Amino acid sequence: MMLMSFDELLPLIFIGLMGVSLLVYVVSDGYDLGVGMLMHRATPDERDTMVASIGPFWDANETWLVLGVGLLLVAFPKAHGLVLSELYLPTALMLVGLTLRGAAFDFRVKAKADRKAMWDRMFIAGSMLASVCQGWMLGRYISGFGEGWNYPIFAGAIAIALPTAYALLGATWLVMKTHGELQEKAIEWSKIAWAPMVLGLILISMATPWISETVRLRWFTLPAMIAVASIPITTSVALLTVRLLLGAPAVRGALCWLPFALLVLVFFLSFLGLSYSIYPYVVIDRLTVWQAASSPESLRVILIGVCVTLPVIIAYTGFSYRVFRGKTIELDYA
Amino acid sequence: MDAVFLARMQFAANITFHILFPSISIALGWVLLFFRLKHLRATDPQQKLDWLRAYRLWTKVFALTFALGVVSGVTMSFQFGTNWPGYMERVGNIAGPLLGYEVLTAFFLEAGFLGVMLFGHRRVGEMVHLGATFLVALGTLMSAFWILALNSWMQTPAGYEIVDGQFHARSWLEIVFNPSFPYRFVHMVLASSLTCAFLLIGISAWQLLKGVATTNASRVLRTGLVLAALAAPAQMVAGDFHGLNTLKHQPQKIAAVEGIWETTRGAPLLLFAIPDDATRSNRFELPVPKLASLILRHDPDGELKGLNEFPSAHPPVLPLFWSFRIMVGTGILMLLVSWVGLWRHWRDGWEFSLMPRPLLKLFAGMTFAGWVATIAGWYVTEIGRQPFIVSGLIRTSEVASRVPSASIALTLAIYVTLYVGLLVAYVGVLKYMSEKPEKSSAAVTSEDLAQDPLRYQSRGEFA
Repeated sequence: MMLMSFDELLPLIFIGLMGVSLLVYVVSDGYDLGVGMLMHRATPDERDTMVASIGPFWDANETWLVLGVGLLLVAFPKAHGLVLSELYLPTALMLVGLTLRGAAFDFRVKAKADRKAMWDRMFIAGSMLASVCQGWMLGRYISGFGEGWNYPIFAGAIAIALPTAYALLGATWLVMKTHGELQEKAIEWSKIAWAPMVLGLILISMATPWISETVRLRWFTLPAMIAVASIPITTSVALLTVRLLLGAPAVRGALCWLPFALLVLVFFLSFLGLSYSIYPYVVIDRLTVWQAASSPESLRVILIGVCVTLPVIIAYTGFSYRVFRGKTIELDYA
Repeated sequence: MDAVFLARMQFAANITFHILFPSISIALGWVLLFFRLKHLRATDPQQKLDWLRAYRLWTKVFALTFALGVVSGVTMSFQFGTNWPGYMERVGNIAGPLLGYEVLTAFFLEAGFLGVMLFGHRRVGEMVHLGATFLVALGTLMSAFWILALNSWMQTPAGYEIVDGQFHARSWLEIVFNPSFPYRFVHMVLASSLTCAFLLIGISAWQLLKGVATTNASRVLRTGLVLAALAAPAQMVAGDFHGLNTLKHQPQKIAAVEGIWETTRGAPLLLFAIPDDATRSNRFELPVPKLASLILRHDPDGELKGLNEFPSAHPPVLPLFWSFRIMVGTGILMLLVSWVGLWRHWRDGWEFSLMPRPLLKLFAGMTFAGWVATIAGWYVTEIGRQPFIVSGLIRTSEVASRVPSASIALTLAIYVTLYVGLLVAYVGVLKYMSEKPEKSSAAVTSEDLAQDPLRYQSRGEFA
């Protein structure tokens, strides 16, 4: 492999940072969007506990989306224009969903008691709308915004699969953060969401090589095929373990955190697989990271900021999760 | 309608809705820190309880305000790209790092500690909790710092060089501390102080009128009056300096604000007029001779450049002329009301039960006066930059998206419906929260608190 200069390396560092931000976003806002969608199956009391379990975190979770999109905007302005023009309507609808959800989160407990059910519906609807739009956007993005009969079907399938993945993530979050009756329900919800999520993942894995020749060549050429096969294999093992755990008594006790942790691993591996498919493109087959990157001087300035602040951000995010560790109790403004 | 106009309307709708919430939360974070410290340092049990109740009610207001600021801010971060893709392609090297630093040093800080500040009190020690509150307040201020640096750079660009149509940074110090930034930052922080102060005044006056939570409402009302009485005159001075700075760097904006078409010596201040872009003149003028020159040049015969010096490069006159008058008028009203209120309160021996009801009603009527002035002020500065997106260098029409206008119109309609709905709900919930006696307070008296200060705290009200 030839050596790159630091300036050539910068766009790679930034695509990595952007990818990691979006991964953290998908996992963290994924569980709270999932919890939001699951609320339509819960009683009013359970809803309070469910909201309390995500209350201290949702705001910080959403900030990773701003960072991810911010990095796209800042580091790859050409790709940003292309991607967001292609995804104009779903982006707008996703934002409407996120707005509804964030507002409803606060309104539901502060408005008159008889309005609470209405705000709960807004919360659930907002969570669903945002998740479905994100699924559609993901589907359009990984198929390179292609035109033809098969592309919308593919994006539509992802638009259903991603919300179920979020629901599974949210359900396992609740398995970890709650106990008793709600935990039992969460285990049931996890079992229901598991199959469609697995199906969606298989669909993406099959469809991307079929749609893009770049991806096909990359995965199905020896000898690389043997090395990268570890990604789908580990993913399958993790998903099967999740399913087995959901049937085991230990998930109600000491191992309640494990399904969630394994799912985070699955998301991480899927992200690795996707990165491997797409590299070195920002928009598959159309725009490489180097073509889309802004000037090295600006990237250097931001990189300094990232190096200084990111460790601090990770530290205080960790602190917040530590403060609110363990099973969820009522939230109160004391 | 043409796509650029629709994109501008959509962006305007979003930033108008967005700024309502930061304009409260920038100052309210610090006010909450003040309430908390007063609660901790009070020795009298009734006082201690009052400040705690005040802290609780206003923490809820803060949480709600903050959430709406976050969600509309997320939307804004996308609209930079969806509405003005050419902007980032041209000036991304400068705007990018400023926005990046805002996310890294401000958004994460606020969001990271907000959970601990709002819900963590029983899980962390008092000092850690105070620290979290401080960091959230600091985060909102840092956020204002970075976004105003970028906004001011677009008004008065500095420290850049242009290579092949692309902007590159030459000096980051000059970019951040560009000529209008210090003025705009101070002006905005004071605007937030006033907006927050009148929210405190208005809601507490409403509580006194309704006879709910009277003891803590009195303390909050007094805090609000003092804050407003200090911030209002400071804002007048800061606004004057900001205006002089604008005259130096963006004379066309001042010409539009004053409705001056021809370059004039000894220009009058127009109290009323209807500027007409078509005839390039004003109708129904009500002038005060030489006053505009006196204010802006500090010389009654000073020369002010007219709009005709800037053919096809000056902003629309009518909205600027009137936004400016609404801003200044509301500002003067806020100054008068806060000073009269404080004077009356002093004369009553600091006793709110003696405050005349009409005055309390006036206070309540001015709850959202800060919003009116802040939005009018932002319209002056933002519409005043048109037809450019970066003053004198890039026109707004050059960087607009090529998304079909039907799509923009559709999403504009959805956004506006959503924002109007949320705004109505926000005001309704503020009213409801202020009228509702605190749930858990019925059972707790000051005697209880004196015997067992922890008892009140442990009886948490569900958030």
